[in-house]
Amino acid sequence: MFASAAIRRALLPRAAGLTPSSRLASTKGRADLLAGAGAYGGLTDQDRIFTNLYGEQDWRLKDALKRGDYHLTSDIMRMGPDWIVQEIKDSGLRGRGGAGFPSGLKWSFMPKESDGRPSFLVVNADESEPGTCKDREIMRKDPHKLIEGCLLAGYAMRARAAYIYIRGEYFNEAVVLDEAIHEAYAAGLIGRNACGSGYDFDVYLHRGAGAYICGEETALIESLEGRQGKPRLKPPFPAGVGVFGCPTTVTNVETVAVAPTILRRGGSWFAGFGNPNNRGTKLFAISGHVKNPIVVEESMSIPLRELIEKHCGGMRNGWDSLRACIPGGSSVPVLNKPLCDEALMEFDDLRAKGSGLGTAAVTMFDDTVDMVGAIRRLAHFYKHESCGQCTPCREGTSWLEDILIRMERGDADKREIPMLEEISRQIEGHTICALGDAAAWPVQGLLRHFRKDIEDRIDDPSSFDREKAFQYAWSGDPFDNKEWVEANGDKMVYGLK
Amino acid sequence: MPNIRRVSSTPPPLLPQHIDTPDNTQETYFDFTEENYKLVNKILSKYPANYKQSGIIPLLDLAQRQHGGWLPVAAMDKVASIVEAAPSRVYEVASFYTMFNRTKVGKYFIQLCGTTPCMICGSEDIKKTIEKHLGIKNGGTTEDGMFTLLEVECLGACANAPMIQLNDDYYECLTPKTIVELLEACKEGKPPAMGKWGSLPMNGQVSCEGPLGKTSLWEILPPKVDPERFKDGKVDPASVKAHMSY
Repeated sequence: MFASAAIRRALLPRAAGLTPSSRLASTKGRADLLAGAGAYGGLTDQDRIFTNLYGEQDWRLKDALKRGDYHLTSDIMRMGPDWIVQEIKDSGLRGRGGAGFPSGLKWSFMPKESDGRPSFLVVNADESEPGTCKDREIMRKDPHKLIEGCLLAGYAMRARAAYIYIRGEYFNEAVVLDEAIHEAYAAGLIGRNACGSGYDFDVYLHRGAGAYICGEETALIESLEGRQGKPRLKPPFPAGVGVFGCPTTVTNVETVAVAPTILRRGGSWFAGFGNPNNRGTKLFAISGHVKNPIVVEESMSIPLRELIEKHCGGMRNGWDSLRACIPGGSSVPVLNKPLCDEALMEFDDLRAKGSGLGTAAVTMFDDTVDMVGAIRRLAHFYKHESCGQCTPCREGTSWLEDILIRMERGDADKREIPMLEEISRQIEGHTICALGDAAAWPVQGLLRHFRKDIEDRIDDPSSFDREKAFQYAWSGDPFDNKEWVEANGDKMVYGLK
Repeated sequence: MPNIRRVSSTPPPLLPQHIDTPDNTQETYFDFTEENYKLVNKILSKYPANYKQSGIIPLLDLAQRQHGGWLPVAAMDKVASIVEAAPSRVYEVASFYTMFNRTKVGKYFIQLCGTTPCMICGSEDIKKTIEKHLGIKNGGTTEDGMFTLLEVECLGACANAPMIQLNDDYYECLTPKTIVELLEACKEGKPPAMGKWGSLPMNGQVSCEGPLGKTSLWEILPPKVDPERFKDGKVDPASVKAHMSY
């Protein structure tokens, strides 16, 4: 099955300590990449939802209509909110923001009778999970899919308005999204009598200001109300008391943006992809040591290896150089190579392997990486992003980093390894929100699969070659996509003469 | 708390507490421009009238933009009076979110993503290059006030790692060579313009298609839809609206 990958591997020198020049020799070009594509089957272009993912077309309404957005929207709305929720339930769509909660079920929690308070849809566009860069592509290239999704999802939960909470750093993306919202208002697609349906629905854009924790739903609500992003205790759940004290559903950009296409094509179409309980198509964002880091839409349940070989041209030094993989954003535990060989990109299989699908942000590590250092950097991330509300997380994340800094140098005692595990267990499950768990899991993954690395380094700190583990920037080396860039870059690419 | 409001000429960056400097005391003058007051009203119109505080984050951002990229304590007080909140409510927000700079930053504020996906693609290499080229350390500002370098956490462009955010703009897919080119262009006051999709991968990419190019979507077809499925729709959306008393 992996014939082309095997050939490629045979041709490649197994370089360990890479210099930029040896890397150049070991990387192959675009023809090679395309030879690999198609050999593994998979999703066809006709079944892809985000057809402007690479931006050949414009994001504006004119081109969005060409791509089929806002087609039959008012007819779908006339089928009624309950029909929409049932259709989403039938499609098997699970939330795309990390937790994977069944979307139809979540939407059905919203009140069907008003007690005088309006309901709100809040779209979580605070994409800050390390490795994740998929929602950004939706917002800057296909914003109308998101806006139409807001209308349909909002109508399905009988909401009055949607707030899109976009992370503050995405400034240029927010500009595009804001402009798209204005376009939709001007065309009568949202606002009063949205799409001519008789329903009124507003969409507002709110920019955050740089806090990972605001991706947690109750922290996001706090932040939307103008406070520090500190998660609330649940219950009450947002569906009862959410933003501005009103019933609220917080849901990820991708979940909302796929909804219109699912409704138009039918839940059974979407349920035709992936294994049971893991249905549909998914945007995968792949980063790290692959030849072609990319954001791509694929079927759920695609084997990890196929995903990498087919869309990313394989690991930069071949599959055998794979050391580890984080399959779903930094919060899920790391997998070692034997598990990566087998892994399917779906919720259930990855959970069975002791990790998770999370946001489907795949980060690949090859054998030049010092895994202790890589996880130490993640520990720093969680220490920085902990909101400071719960003691186990606020204090524990600092301890994790402090110990890992010493373990990276080999300046530790072996008895500290179980202590590190113990600290991570003390954080996990003892905090208001899931950030504590997210901070603990990467460390637990490290201890599960790379304990020997830590032990070896404690035994002999001098065995660690810092120079060799230093990661040089190698981006786009080689670059082999000139023709397409010339045709589709609108002459706005860097280095064009 | 006797030590918190001490007067010092060079405040260390990223301190949680406010330290008075000659250009940043509670007596410093700050007010929004007439033009920005129009934006203030527009921002506040998005939120329910009894939740004016929701405007704190967008208003602080507006104030920071007006004030050259950083937020004096007087601006926070102004925002507090506009949203009718206690000043401490605004201070706690301004110190919680990393995008608010409570001390002066350079004209070009370089935020370097250093989290693991960028780190394994060489963000340390980029950081060293910047530090060497500008002669500053992480958190420092050049003497001419042109550049500030700060290593930050994931900026959400991981497929195009390593990357920096220069003020509002993302420069992605960096190498030591291109980051130096970028810094030199900034010194001449002409940082390269953003590409088609509001970011600039410096290896010649357009956006997220990778250096070897896309592997799917060779034809862009509108989805196959069967309009017959929706012909029995009997729910009038206006009745849903009435039912919910909107």
